[in-house]
Amino acid sequence: MIANLLIAGVGGQGIILLSDVLGNAAISSGLSVRGSETHGMAQRGGSVVAHVRIGRVRSPLIPRGRADYLLALEPLEALRYLDYLGERCHAVVSTSPVPPASVHAKVAGYPDVQALLAELSEYAEVYPVEARELAKRAGSVLTANTVMLGALSALPGFPLSARVLRDSIASRVPPKTLDMNLRAFNLGRRAVKG
Amino acid sequence: MVKFNIAADEPGRRVFLLGNHAIARGALEAGVRVAAAYPGTPSSEILQAIAGVAEKLGIHAEWSVNEKVALEVAIGASYAGARALAAMKHVGVNVALDALATLAYTGVKGGLVLVSADDPGMHSSQNEQDNRLLARFAKIPCLEPYDAQSAKDYTKFAFEVSEKLQTPVMLRTTTRVSHAKGDVTLGELPDYGKRRFGFQKDARRYVCVPAHSRALHPALNRRLSEIERYASKSELNRMQFGGEKGIITAGVARNYVHEAVQTLGAEVSLLELGITHPLPRELIRRFLSGVEEVLVVEELEPFIEEQVRALCGGIAVRGKDLLPREGELTPELVEHAVARFLGVEYSPPPRRSARLELPPRPPVLCPGCSHRALFYALKKVTKRKIYAGDIGCYTLGALEPLKAMDTCLCMGSGLSQAQGFYHAGVEEAVVALIGDSTFLHAGLTALLNAAYNGAEVLVIILDNRTTAMTGHQPHPGTGVTATGEESFAVDFVALARALGASYVAKVRPNDFEATLRVLEEALSRRGLRVVVAEEPCALLGRKLGLWKTPPEVVEERCEGYLCSACRACLRIGCPAVGWDRGRARIIEELCTGCGLCVAVCPNEAILEVEDDS
Repeated sequence: MIANLLIAGVGGQGIILLSDVLGNAAISSGLSVRGSETHGMAQRGGSVVAHVRIGRVRSPLIPRGRADYLLALEPLEALRYLDYLGERCHAVVSTSPVPPASVHAKVAGYPDVQALLAELSEYAEVYPVEARELAKRAGSVLTANTVMLGALSALPGFPLSARVLRDSIASRVPPKTLDMNLRAFNLGRRAVKG
Repeated sequence: MVKFNIAADEPGRRVFLLGNHAIARGALEAGVRVAAAYPGTPSSEILQAIAGVAEKLGIHAEWSVNEKVALEVAIGASYAGARALAAMKHVGVNVALDALATLAYTGVKGGLVLVSADDPGMHSSQNEQDNRLLARFAKIPCLEPYDAQSAKDYTKFAFEVSEKLQTPVMLRTTTRVSHAKGDVTLGELPDYGKRRFGFQKDARRYVCVPAHSRALHPALNRRLSEIERYASKSELNRMQFGGEKGIITAGVARNYVHEAVQTLGAEVSLLELGITHPLPRELIRRFLSGVEEVLVVEELEPFIEEQVRALCGGIAVRGKDLLPREGELTPELVEHAVARFLGVEYSPPPRRSARLELPPRPPVLCPGCSHRALFYALKKVTKRKIYAGDIGCYTLGALEPLKAMDTCLCMGSGLSQAQGFYHAGVEEAVVALIGDSTFLHAGLTALLNAAYNGAEVLVIILDNRTTAMTGHQPHPGTGVTATGEESFAVDFVALARALGASYVAKVRPNDFEATLRVLEEALSRRGLRVVVAEEPCALLGRKLGLWKTPPEVVEERCEGYLCSACRACLRIGCPAVGWDRGRARIIEELCTGCGLCVAVCPNEAILEVEDDS
């Protein structure tokens, strides 16, 4: 079994934390795991992508056209990595836009979110998630990444169980935010499972 | 942030580690006693992780003022018999090169490992130099790990081989090793009990005057031959025969080659090199004698390829004719090259780009970043200027809409270039922009030079009280050490005066009006002027409780007929200021309440809100 997961978003959205939680959960499940992420200059509010590969693989990067899952913390960012999506890719996508500075300065317009989702669904099975709303309901907009992790965990065939992921969250987030994060995880999970 | 305790004494346990944390762990397993580094992507997490457990284990871990000092601190410790590590990014090795170039002459006593974290593809660097060339130049062995597990194992091995062969060792990683993650099986930690180290004087070895160095150089060359014989037998290099066509590879590319061979279902012979300098020629000759054609898969320079060509004896050597010499390798680039080399049918995965136009999202200065306020104030002060820039977060000021940086070459160089502009007689006022950590790293001597040689430039030290870009490491201006202890804090104003500046002023950039006044004053004067612009990094400001309530937009004052919706607030390029239905909008979850948009609005349409607290 190999599961290739691409995480896309904006610097500061907690992508490194997600890749840690997933990696630790994979190890707890007795699986091998590799990945690669963005640090340094590129992080400052820029587009950020992380690769997580579960199973017996060698490369820390997902080869183009072989991602099985896409977790997008921002709808526009979901469309930047179409090259990577494999056939039968499942995508959980936050519908809460974070407009880049170029949009504020009227250099470019922010595309319609429904249009973004529609185009993405030509390449992947798309599960839109109102991450911001659900995170607020969990207690803080800062838990939007955990909402999306919950959503990911509910996708068909996803190799890590909700139980292992919850344990992994518990070992990674500050203790006083744990309840909030678990609420966020469950809300995200329900958003996909219905 | 390391959540896993890097010093956990649990041999055999599998953990998910960042490559750099694996290197830190390898250093602990080797019993490192002194670790010194200057932050730089992709190397910074190594020292950070060691510093986190330094006190507990009795290790000295420090952020040195620059890479040269870091390496020299490590050299002193090694001469005294202690195992020592120096870590830096690839261009940091340039700074340390003066020491490194002669270090191999003296050799080392305690194992000394220099980690060079290269950045092919320039994720966060000004160039993509291949530091294997510097290992060769400095006549030291170069080990190249390829994943997190090997990063740990090779680090430990590097200390052992360094001590055994009395040579400094370069552990050369790349971004996809340092910032890749993987499962790592921990080894044992040594007994970190008290141990005394001592320096045994030996002038003929440690005092590199010409008479001594003349004897040391041939000894070094003999040692290199010995190291090469050792490398030819080392288990770090792996050779496997499986076909008439052979592939030689090293570093992260080893992984791509393995996957490509598997995907293509090909049968090839494979030589994977863990030691790439000195190149194990004996081993390579054996490999070449068993194949008919060979492909070298390596990132950046044809470092291995050119040396293999010299040994090939007529065998065709492929490499950079099939792979790029610049940028990162990727799984698909390698797959394509391997397929062409083997003559296998291959169609690369289709390239797709969205039909919708996607607005770009380059990195930007954070909301509330005081560099923005300083740059904007500089632009308001009307005189024509040349901005000689430098390396740090503030380099982002080069981008639209601020465009307040005209050069950026290497650490500290803006301050010296400014002097060149001045002496060349340019008409514009010359402004050098340099960050606090960068100034302490490479600006002190340049400032002294300006004073001594009469360069009449304005130097602005952008003091955000931390090394921000690389993840908030402390420096000698902050008064805190790598391990969190209170320490001496240098006073930038006193320092600038001591180095000969004729006019020195300090401003808080978030006090926009005062900043404008000081900059006008500084630009109206002659001589060497220094303005220290001090404001904690906005990300630190959050922890320090400096964030204020976001301002409010007074809608009726921000309307077309009153102020023609001037959009002055958008020209500061703050991610927290948006434009919505014809007027300014403050995006509250991004806003730090720095007040710059309030200060720049000509119609008082954006107003500060009193803090509740």
